[in-house]
Order: sequence, then structure tokens, then C-alpha cells
Amino acid sequence: MPDSYDVVVVGAGHAGVSAVTTLLKEGFEGTIALIDVGDSLPYERPPLSKGFLVGAEEVDSFLFRTADYWEEAAVDLVLGTRITSVDPVAHRVRTDDDRAFGYRKLIWAAGGSARMLRVPGAELAGIHTVRTLEGVARLKDDVRGARRAVVIGGGYIGLEATAALRALGIEVTVLEALDRLLERVTSPIISDYFLRLHTAHGANVRFGVAISGFSEGQAPDRVGGVVLEDGEVVPADLVIVGIGLIPEVTELLHAGAEVTNGVVVDDRCRTSLPGVYAVGDCANHANPYAEGAQLRLESVQNAAEQGKLAALDIIGRSEPYEVVPWFWSNQYDAKMKMAGIMGGYDRLVVRGDPAAGEFTVVYFKDGRLLALDCVNRPGDYMQGRALIERRAHLDPELVADVSLSLKEVQARSGAPASG
Amino acid sequence: MPTITFRFADGNADREVAFEPGQSVMQAAVNKDIPGVIGECGGEMSCATCHVYVEDAWTERVRSMSSAEEEIVEVVENPRPESRLGCQIPLTEAQDGIVVTVPEA
Repeated sequence: MPDSYDVVVVGAGHAGVSAVTTLLKEGFEGTIALIDVGDSLPYERPPLSKGFLVGAEEVDSFLFRTADYWEEAAVDLVLGTRITSVDPVAHRVRTDDDRAFGYRKLIWAAGGSARMLRVPGAELAGIHTVRTLEGVARLKDDVRGARRAVVIGGGYIGLEATAALRALGIEVTVLEALDRLLERVTSPIISDYFLRLHTAHGANVRFGVAISGFSEGQAPDRVGGVVLEDGEVVPADLVIVGIGLIPEVTELLHAGAEVTNGVVVDDRCRTSLPGVYAVGDCANHANPYAEGAQLRLESVQNAAEQGKLAALDIIGRSEPYEVVPWFWSNQYDAKMKMAGIMGGYDRLVVRGDPAAGEFTVVYFKDGRLLALDCVNRPGDYMQGRALIERRAHLDPELVADVSLSLKEVQARSGAPASG
Repeated sequence: MPTITFRFADGNADREVAFEPGQSVMQAAVNKDIPGVIGECGGEMSCATCHVYVEDAWTERVRSMSSAEEEIVEVVENPRPESRLGCQIPLTEAQDGIVVTVPEA
């Protein structure tokens, strides 16, 4: 294995793999190393909290590429290896097993780690997070004997895990610190919908709950309950903690990169360090669909797009970041697809009937379509995404009329698309 | 191994590649870095980056469209009556020799 590469990519998630495959597809002839801390061939993360957790899908079905592909590709895949430092002057990264790789360009796609509660008992067996294949494989081992689970955090990861556990017949209590589900990422209408959905599927959801620790059960060193601030113990033989992600930025921070809630990058994913890009969950960028606000997106779309942009910049075909953000979440039979960024909306319109399980929440700002949350309405999502891209202005009263498609709504809305 | 042929609406040369039974058209394409098939969402019908045209001779010999796929295919770029999402077409030995066309970007 050489000790120097034209491109070193750190992290083999959606962002890193997108960078590498873009380079390969575009005929890049330099040398490439793809380094990841995990031992598995690169895999997609979304199934971890869905099909993989319930046992409906095995990892072979969600590898980015087969083993054959990686054997044939002109890429050195370096697995089970953590980068411990970046020397931005020598253009060199060091690994936890004392190797060093020189780079001409470095793409930092290291993602992040699941945030853990720092409370007494957090080290007990039976307490899990959902972020890596290895971690979810351990979780699945514990799921087998579990009867009562507590899910800490009513965000997407926690709720998808809840749906998976309910499908497996396990009792679930969701403990959320705030006063509604998905509070940071969506409107109360969607929060209420998911609360009803989970309640209807037998999950118990509690709000405004502060956690002070974990207690041992009958088995030594294994969790038996979640201790709340008021002393109540919620019994649990399995705990899933889904309270967010800590972006993996330490090595770049030490190397002198600008870091503010992630590694700050420009619209080509370039960091403040020469020849160093940051992409995906760990990258903080100005998003054109959030009025240029600096933010960090944890999504497949953002990761894949930023990986591609870094690769294109390296091969001299630079493009700016300009795609509409999109996301999805599957819970029970609800398939929610989201487009745009709803933060800062000044008006919302509900299209369809939440009680019927098919509806879209449409968000506006100053009359302009900002974002959509589409529950079991894929047509709204696809049409709406295109309209967001065009900065369309829609007549809110027409939007509420489900007999019209969103394209038809736009055609009948007086104001033309602007911007 | 069975094979699938990708044609390209922009006139590039056909690519005939092997697939593993159980892969979808999208997965078969992605694993060979077929240009124009990205499969960003992994088969969730959330990105429409695996849009292909299934050749007429094969339309009856692949899984039919769900209503969700229909709603998405209506809105893809360069739609045709034979438009499909590659992620929704599983491949088995019965599809050995299938031909699909990748739309123009």
C-alpha cells in the first residue's frame, strides 16, 4: 500500500462514497484511498433504524457496492482505521495504528458519533445508540430477549427505532425532553400526527422528561430502568438513546480548520485549510434554501451532494451547492418525505387529512413555497420539490385543495415563480 | 451470471453488465457505475435518480408499478410511457437479457 495518495477520503458513509464514486465515474486517474473506522464494506445508514433493525434486511442488501466492485476499483479501501491527526502543512494524516498517509487533496467525510447521555449508569449493558452497523448489530442481539424498551429522544432515529421495536412486539416507552415529538425539525401538525401514530401502535410517549441516570436490573451490569429527575424509575431491559449526533471535527479543529457546529465550508465544500474539503454530516455550510444561513444537515441527500461537489472541484469541474434539501422517514406504514427547510416559515397549509394518514404540510414565507412535509403523498413531494427549486409562489387556498395537483396549483396561482 | 444491458438516450455506447439475482435494476447499475443512475436514496422512492425506460419487450416481464411509483414517475424529467424507477424493478434469472435505457441528463 502506498504511503501517499492524490486523494484521501476519510469516512465511507454516504458522503465519502459519493466522493469516491464521483471521481471514478468521471475518469479521475489519480490514486485514491478511502479510510473508515468501521470494519464492514461501506454501507448505507438509513436501513439501520428500519429494515435492518426489524430483521427484514441484511447488510448485503444495503452495501453501497459489492465486494467485487471494491476489489476491482482503483481505490485502496482502508477499513478498521481511525484518523488521529491531520497535518495541514505536510499534507499528511496519521492513523491509530501509527501509519501515515500523504494527500494532495483530503476529503473529510467523517460524519459523527451518536450523542450519549452523560449520567450515572450510562455504561450498563443494554443501552444502545443507532449509528453504526456494529452498534445496531449489538442492539439486535439485545432485542431478542427484550420485553420492555425505553427510547430516549423523540426525533427521527428514536421514532424509527420505536416503530421497529413495536413491530417486534416489544413494549416501548418514548421519553422526550421537550413538549412534542420532532420539535426541532417540524411543525406541531406533523408532531401530533406522529404522536397519534405511535400511540395507535401501542407506544407510550412521555414529554418534558429529564433523565438523571440508569439503574441496574436483576442481571448484574445490565440496565433495568431509566431513572428520571423526580426519582421515578421507568423499567426497561433495553434502552435506545437517540438524542442527536456529535460531528467528528476534532482532528480538523486541531489542524487549524475553522469549526463552528461542524467544519465550516464554502459552496464547493472547501474548508479553511488548503486542499482540505469537509462533506456530509460534519460540514457546516451556507444553504441556499435557508436564505444562506450557515447550517449542518444530517441527511443522505446532503452527504451525497457534498461528496460529489468536493470530487468535482478536485477534477476541475467545480459546481456550487444548490440542490433542494430532502429527507425521508419511514415509521410503520407512514412514509414521510420532506423537501426544503421549514425553519422560519410564517404560514402553513395542510393539504389532505392527517386523520386519514395521507396529507402534506406546506410551509410558506412571504408567500414563497419554503418546504413540504408529505405523509404518504409522494406526488406532492416530487412536484413540491421542483416548485421549491423554482422559488414558486403558490396561492395558499388552492394548495389546500387536494383535487388539484401542486403543479396545477402553481399554474392557477397568479404570481409567477420568481428568483 | 445473468446480464442487463443499459442503453443511453444521449447516444453513448451500450453497456452490458452482469447482475446478481435479487439486485434491482438500480443496484445493478450503481454497482457498475453506470452513468446517469445514481440511486441516492437506496430504493426509498425519494430521489428519482434511478429513472430508466424499460424497453417495450420487457414491460410485461418486470414487476408492475405501485401507485407511489406512478406518482413519482409522472414528475421525472424527460418522462415517457415506458418510464420506471430502477429501484422498483427486482431482477431474477427471468430478466436475464433485459434492456433498459438511461434517459438524457
